[in-house]
Amino acid sequence: MNRARLETWLWLINRGSALLLVPLVAAHLAGMILAVRGGLSASEILERTRDNLLLAAFYGAFLLLAGLHGALGLRGFLAETLGWRSKSVDTAAAVLASLLVILGGRALWALYHAA
Amino acid sequence: MKSRESKPNGFLEVSIWRGAEEGAFQHFQVPRRESQTVLDVVTYIQRHLDPTLAYRFACRVGVCGSCAMKVNGIARWTCRTHVSAVATTGPLEIAPLDHLPRLRDLVCDMGPFFEKWKQARGAFVPGAVPETGFAAIDPDSPARRQVEAGIECIGCGICYSECDTVAWRPEYLGPAALNRAWTLQNDERDGAHRKRLQAVAGDAGCHACHNQLSCNERCPKKLSPAAAIAGLKRASAVAALKGRL
Ligand code: FES
Repeated sequence: MNRARLETWLWLINRGSALLLVPLVAAHLAGMILAVRGGLSASEILERTRDNLLLAAFYGAFLLLAGLHGALGLRGFLAETLGWRSKSVDTAAAVLASLLVILGGRALWALYHAA
Repeated sequence: MKSRESKPNGFLEVSIWRGAEEGAFQHFQVPRRESQTVLDVVTYIQRHLDPTLAYRFACRVGVCGSCAMKVNGIARWTCRTHVSAVATTGPLEIAPLDHLPRLRDLVCDMGPFFEKWKQARGAFVPGAVPETGFAAIDPDSPARRQVEAGIECIGCGICYSECDTVAWRPEYLGPAALNRAWTLQNDERDGAHRKRLQAVAGDAGCHACHNQLSCNERCPKKLSPAAAIAGLKRASAVAALKGRL
């Protein structure tokens, strides 16, 4: 892939993920505020997330988008602040995105499969 | 010439950068006159106070783009900037543009600036000749209007000096070169659209722009390089989605 194509795709992913994250963040905040209004214990939360495919899908999408968006943002930041602009910064960003998705995925799995 | 100048009205305190990368501000007192431009002040110093002062100008009427300098911290075309507009009471500080090698006093090396125009494929490349023998371009077509919006760039380097992205990413092509590229992308007669898009969409190209809009704010010709850059972002995104980048 030529550099122009790569940069343009990364730019598209970064902007696209931001666009999709806006309603997801809003829904997440609204959900939290509403759910906790009357006080909520950890076990009550787990009760609701267990086997809840809709919530798992919602947070799965959230996780993927946030991982991509965060890693790409950090990549730009590293390029401009530290002057780190070689292929290795792309690798570092990819590692970070994967790490975020894997660790977040584990948490998600735990919520879905809560005992 | 002297007889046409208005009577001096007090003195202006002026600090001017002397030296190259290393140097210091030198202080001068210049008679304050009505309708005096910043370029008049610099010229006065060179003609009457210190003939070794180096600076650039040519047209004195805002056409050539050679007189850009930083005036009290902001890059401006000095031949069209009245002292009264930038230093009503306080002193005047004049320095060379930012982000370019300083050669001597107020003169910087514009080489890297124009080198980026080349990198952005800022030269017209003739495309296929239409059957009629010439391209009939509708002046009201959307593409021609885009060209119209950016074509009056005088290459002064002010947007480049004021752009924070250039400061943080020195390879960034900069607003002027990208503006030039966008006018050519909208030129129906040009035959290098795809190559130019590839040249401007790399990691030092249009996608590096943060939309801070200093270029629009400071452009003395009131152009909108940021709009041109946004155009390039859109065009390259569409090309990437269609697999044509
Ligand atoms: S001297 Fe030509 S633009 Fe100022």
